[in-house]
Amino acid sequence: MKYVDEFRDPKLIANVSHEIARVADPNRHYRIMEVCGGHTHAIYRHGLKNLLPHNVELIHGPGCPVCVLPMGRIDDGLAIAQQPNVVMTAFGDMMRVPGTLGTPLELKARGADIRMVYSPLDALRIAQSAPDKHVFFFAIGFETTAPSTALTLARAKALGIRNFSVFCNHVTIVPAIRAILDSPDMRLDAFVGPGHVSTVTGCRPYEFIARDYRKPVVISGFEPLDILESILMILHQLRRDDARVENQYRRIVPWDGNLPALRAIGDAFELRPYFEWRGLGFISQSALRVSQAYATWDSEVQFEVPGVRVTDPKAAQCGEVLKGVLKPPQCKLFGKECNPEHPIGALMVSSEGACAAYYRYAHLNEPVTV
Amino acid sequence: MQTAERELPRVRFADAAIEMAHGAGGKASRRLVEGLFVPLLANPILATLSDSAISNFNGSRLATTADGYVVKPLRFPGGSIGELAVNGTVNDLAVAGARPLGLMAAFILEAGLAGDTLRAEVEAMAAAAARAGVAIIGGDTKVVEHGFADGMYLATFGFGEVDARASLSPESIRAGDRVLLSGPIGDHGITILLARGELDLEADLRSDTRPLTPFVEALLETAGDGLRWMRDPTRGGVATALNELIRGAPVGITLFEEAIPLRDEVRGACEILGLDPLHIANEGQLLAVVSPEFADAALDGMRALPGGVGAVCIGEVRERPAGAVLAVTSYGGSRIIDMLVGDPLPRIC
Amino acid sequence: MCLAIPGRIVEMSTEQPALAKVDVAGVKRNVNISLLQDEGIGTGDWVLIHVGFAMSKIGEAEARDQLRMLSALGEDEMAMEEVRGYSFAEERPR
Repeated sequence: MKYVDEFRDPKLIANVSHEIARVADPNRHYRIMEVCGGHTHAIYRHGLKNLLPHNVELIHGPGCPVCVLPMGRIDDGLAIAQQPNVVMTAFGDMMRVPGTLGTPLELKARGADIRMVYSPLDALRIAQSAPDKHVFFFAIGFETTAPSTALTLARAKALGIRNFSVFCNHVTIVPAIRAILDSPDMRLDAFVGPGHVSTVTGCRPYEFIARDYRKPVVISGFEPLDILESILMILHQLRRDDARVENQYRRIVPWDGNLPALRAIGDAFELRPYFEWRGLGFISQSALRVSQAYATWDSEVQFEVPGVRVTDPKAAQCGEVLKGVLKPPQCKLFGKECNPEHPIGALMVSSEGACAAYYRYAHLNEPVTV
Repeated sequence: MQTAERELPRVRFADAAIEMAHGAGGKASRRLVEGLFVPLLANPILATLSDSAISNFNGSRLATTADGYVVKPLRFPGGSIGELAVNGTVNDLAVAGARPLGLMAAFILEAGLAGDTLRAEVEAMAAAAARAGVAIIGGDTKVVEHGFADGMYLATFGFGEVDARASLSPESIRAGDRVLLSGPIGDHGITILLARGELDLEADLRSDTRPLTPFVEALLETAGDGLRWMRDPTRGGVATALNELIRGAPVGITLFEEAIPLRDEVRGACEILGLDPLHIANEGQLLAVVSPEFADAALDGMRALPGGVGAVCIGEVRERPAGAVLAVTSYGGSRIIDMLVGDPLPRIC
Repeated sequence: MCLAIPGRIVEMSTEQPALAKVDVAGVKRNVNISLLQDEGIGTGDWVLIHVGFAMSKIGEAEARDQLRMLSALGEDEMAMEEVRGYSFAEERPR
């Protein structure tokens, strides 16, 4: 596959891996956070930890939009799904996330009309083909996905499709990064920045990390070569005692972002004054809701939702894992009460959640020779 | 029989209700079978947990198997439910080293199913049975109300005689043994996913459904008692089949990522949807573990068959990590390949 | 939020200007290209697709540059430092 295979070239990967080992200062322990859940997934999928020296540690960040969604919001969405003549549509990522009364898949098994879609436009098409039902889209995701929901809303409005709405849980990445930087137990040296979010936002929103907190940020692609090169660029910055935003993913990320995408978001959404992030608490101006102009297509206007706050069991330490303070196995519930088949927190459900990813390596505690 | 070598954790089934995951072939299915069926129906043959049950009968080894087929849509590129049912049952017998002697089929039909649709399926079954060299010698028919059975469900029973050359046992697997695969994976599962039409993806793909008896014959011929284990990796894919093999064992399996055969379109669909080909169902591929001295001959034997040109070694048995399946890349990356909980779901994150 | 894959535009829709057919290793899907209409994309271009939308046009030159640089890694460290200073266009070399 073009633009994929070249970035998995074993020889180039070896080159970068050796260079990382050469440049890393043996007297230093580096703690680098990859913000985006897609990067967490890629690191495990390609086994990249094996290619880093022991003193370069990757900390998994909060960029998993499923993981940070509080259970109460899932309950709200499922409450709408259980109304008569309502069809709930959602990405596959949502289908096994537990609410208080079960996961969307479980509720579907009990008779709710819940359908998986690949694109919000497919949800709109379902609405068009089923005029006697109300179809709502359980929207999740960071800035990468928000423009798609926004354009879908615009299309619904333009075509006058009234039996469609969006239950909006889009969140924005910068406030989450800021919450981590401001956290008193934060001990990070640098960030691998979100590659696909940045196709929308561009690279400027991360400049505050370098300027105000003096931490390097490298916006990274998702192939092994991309992630390794980004780590190398970080090590070079740290060696020079530098702190700036660099764009490793230049073949895809424009420095100034995507203007039509930002305009679409501005048109269909507005910022919520605050939003609860599972494990991180309430963060102001960190999430989107459907704008006034689109009230007819806002599920929270069209339906009553319970709006009940559901807190995680006290013993669950999702927040500390999300902030990178604890490693998954250090959570008291890890591997016991909380495991992929019976997840307590969403970090264990989502395949890019730190705990789920770590669980699959649970019994591998020695390096593997090829 | 389970030997003392394997320390399997005891599984409990305490689920309040059945969900789709229980039929997906992964961990939830395992919990159902090992936590409910096996303890309640308790007998030594059932406890072996093989796809085919092997009984001793008048001095020969009789293999018997039962299967259910629920497929939506009923027809798809490369096959249909009837063909799947015949091939699937034949293959369960084949991977036990048995030549199929007869099949039976129970039809559960939805009231309102078009007569032509049923005729087409029975014709497909007749053709598949002829190709596999077996007869469908009986069965049963039930009709359920409109709205149930998705058109039709099929339940099959098959029996055969285990070949004298077959001495299969998972416990005999040792470090150094090779893992062989007859051809590219993921074709069937991705074809079905695309045929449902919900994802709006087009690709030139067909189900790989076919009888595996010629491949099994080739392995018995070339590897003899060096043939340790065979499986057709259906629901749950290669990952599930290998995890079931190696669970609790004192050795593990290492797969070589780049050696795993994959059609471009399957790869493309998996990349778009965020699926792992190792978890996708196949209906016409054979996985085998063969001792190293016979591996090359076994591959040659499979490659000489029509449709066998893609046969390849995808990995080997190693001492560590014990009880696990690991996939390694040529650049030194590695990851654990686990069984899924339920059906693989597309993701966007 | 993150699963996005490169694909090649094989057909632009005549009826719906915002739609194009994209090919990923032989798998084809209709993709909404409204986010890239300012950039003038057409058949043969490579784009990054996410949930049915094209998010970015892929820069062939940038990709080649990156790969060329990475293959030279380790060969001449000093030369690489200099090249790196010029390549990342948004920052000035030290």
